[in-house]
Amino acid sequence: MPKTVYVNVEYLTRVEGHGNIVVNVTDGNIEKCNLEIVEAPRLFEGMLRGRSIFEAQHITSRICGICSCGHTLASLQAAEDAIGFKQSAQTEKLRKLLLYQEILDSHILHIYLLAAPDLLGVKSFVPLINSHNDVVRRALRMKKECNNMCEIIAGRHVHPISTTVGGFTKLPKESELDRMRQIMERMQEDMEATVELLTTLTFPSFERDTEYVAIVNDENEYPFLEGDVGSTDGVRFDKHEYKNYINEFVVPHSTAKHTKLSRDSYMVGALARYNLNHEKLNSEAKKAALKLKLEPGTKNPYLNTVAQAVESVYCIEESIKIIDELKETGVKHDEKITVGLNENKNIPVKAGRGIGAVEVPRGILFHDYEIDAEGRIINANCMIPTNQNLNNIERDMRKLVPEILEKTEEEITLFLEMLVRAYDPCISCSTHFLNVKFVK
Amino acid sequence: MKPKVAFFDFACCEGCQLQVANFGEELLDILEVVDVVNFREVMSENGEDYDIAIIEGSITNQHAVERIKKIREKAKIVIAYGACACTGGINAMKNNFEMPEIMHYVYKDDAKYFDTIPTKAVDQVVKVDYYVHGCPVYPKEFVDVLKCVLQGVEYKVPEKSVCTECKLNENECMFDKGLTCMGPITKAGCNSWCINNGNICFGCRGFVENPAKNAAIEVLKDHGLNPELIIKKINMYNTVLDEKLKKKGEE
Ligand code: SF4
Ligand code: SF4
Ligand code: SF4
Repeated sequence: MPKTVYVNVEYLTRVEGHGNIVVNVTDGNIEKCNLEIVEAPRLFEGMLRGRSIFEAQHITSRICGICSCGHTLASLQAAEDAIGFKQSAQTEKLRKLLLYQEILDSHILHIYLLAAPDLLGVKSFVPLINSHNDVVRRALRMKKECNNMCEIIAGRHVHPISTTVGGFTKLPKESELDRMRQIMERMQEDMEATVELLTTLTFPSFERDTEYVAIVNDENEYPFLEGDVGSTDGVRFDKHEYKNYINEFVVPHSTAKHTKLSRDSYMVGALARYNLNHEKLNSEAKKAALKLKLEPGTKNPYLNTVAQAVESVYCIEESIKIIDELKETGVKHDEKITVGLNENKNIPVKAGRGIGAVEVPRGILFHDYEIDAEGRIINANCMIPTNQNLNNIERDMRKLVPEILEKTEEEITLFLEMLVRAYDPCISCSTHFLNVKFVK
Repeated sequence: MKPKVAFFDFACCEGCQLQVANFGEELLDILEVVDVVNFREVMSENGEDYDIAIIEGSITNQHAVERIKKIREKAKIVIAYGACACTGGINAMKNNFEMPEIMHYVYKDDAKYFDTIPTKAVDQVVKVDYYVHGCPVYPKEFVDVLKCVLQGVEYKVPEKSVCTECKLNENECMFDKGLTCMGPITKAGCNSWCINNGNICFGCRGFVENPAKNAAIEVLKDHGLNPELIIKKINMYNTVLDEKLKKKGEE
């Protein structure tokens, strides 16, 4: 039935950063179906020029509060890659632990505070304080505990303090390892309840065939920090080649920069990682996936939230493993460093270019720095997950709208908002988005 | 009746809002005494009627200038929340570049689609009643400020520098390790957060009032350092304050 629908969601709520959804259907024809980005540009890449690579972590962490540890790790990886510094085994473990905690923290925030209200038919977690008090308390407790973990590992979660080029400026004490273990043990119970809760919720059914992109490698571990870039279309390349494979482009209907790889669009994030690397999950996470009926090869973007739950289980179990390893070998406190801006030149610096590629909660994040012989940044580029997903979200929207046209305008709006939220977009991160006004 | 509180975000990383979500279950206690009517990051409710506006982020385009003016008209109390709002924060680093140049560097030919102005702190556009400094805010200080707001009394940002707190915490001074630290010229109130964790102070809370005369400058002198040189070296958070100081000097 020909139908006219006009959807205009201004300042999309419960996402990080500012975006609008605009859909215009006249007599059954889609005239417009866009996710507009209205975030004010913050120009991080421009501001980094002339700064020392020893400041880059502090600055780029502030691209995003939710992913501050992810930006930190990508920044450190890029800086260390540029100067040819190799992290110690202990640093690698602690960085991984930090990333697991941020992924857990971010996924919990998304599952409970951003996605669940839609599935429970309320506008936010606030009404849930009365109707589902134990659920809200659990969510806040889990978030707080992730925060406590990050505080032990890096001083604080938003924005980590002790993570610098070269390693850590503080290291956990024996008693702190014990405390972290206890926190993670308690988290296991809360996570079980979280998986249980998710089995009771129904996600919209919708599918679209697309390309999924994530870090892949030949190790046995579900990769977040090390490896090549791979896709479900069979592409695999070294992270240093990212600019040759991934096209950033401007589309005529919007001036927001989009990306593509082998086809029109691709998706990054929990679902992409799951689709590419599910075989490498630990047994607890595999059990959770089974329980949540998350099949490998899932093409429903709404189930990104479910993939996040599976990854959360993974992160808790792997964190416990790392803590136990550290307890067994003992933390080598002589690895603690004070670097500042490398005034003492303890870390050798040389001119070069470095790339960081890290799986952060919302997908693969690239930092790319070119530095001079003094360690000053000459050129910088950051490619953010949401930026990469935007094109895919819009293509999902364009397939979804005709499928749900018989619904009321309100329902259509909700389905679209839920779709965008499923990607857990982080628009404040999106340094490349362009501000554009649409003609009505 | 509980006062109605609204959070608004401008150009920022939203990390300061996140600090609120990180209160954990204590958040529910705060929600007992205030009524949050607008908090876009976690709520779809959109209250347009509020007493207290908590502003996160800096003013970086004309649209934001208009928006913050409207918020000021409606709110009885405006709180600048976090470095971005209080001093322009990290966003003000861009003021050290020519706008067209930095815009072109990031966006090339698409730069024309943007409306951008040099970064401003909130109080450069509208009157601000309370400040919660820091990048991110120190949660304990936020609670202290909120208490003052609810009791209708003034909140005084400590006049001391981060060094005073740092010494109480018995940290080894970064200058003794041959590193440069912004502590001597930065407002106290964070309990020397970064130095406690082994890093230098980057100055996120902004200059102490009158940095040149402040007693804390002794630390710099002890080490034979010139405060101005240090400001230049790590001017991450003080570009707007620097502009304000210069303006004051000209008047
Ligand atoms: S002050 Fe810092 S933590 Fe707070 S919003 Fe601004 S950049 Fe983020
Ligand atoms: S200069 Fe820095 S390290 Fe030294 S006392 Fe002051 S705040 Fe502490
Ligand atoms: S120590 Fe300095 S940089 Fe760290 S929170 Fe305090 S004022 Fe900010």
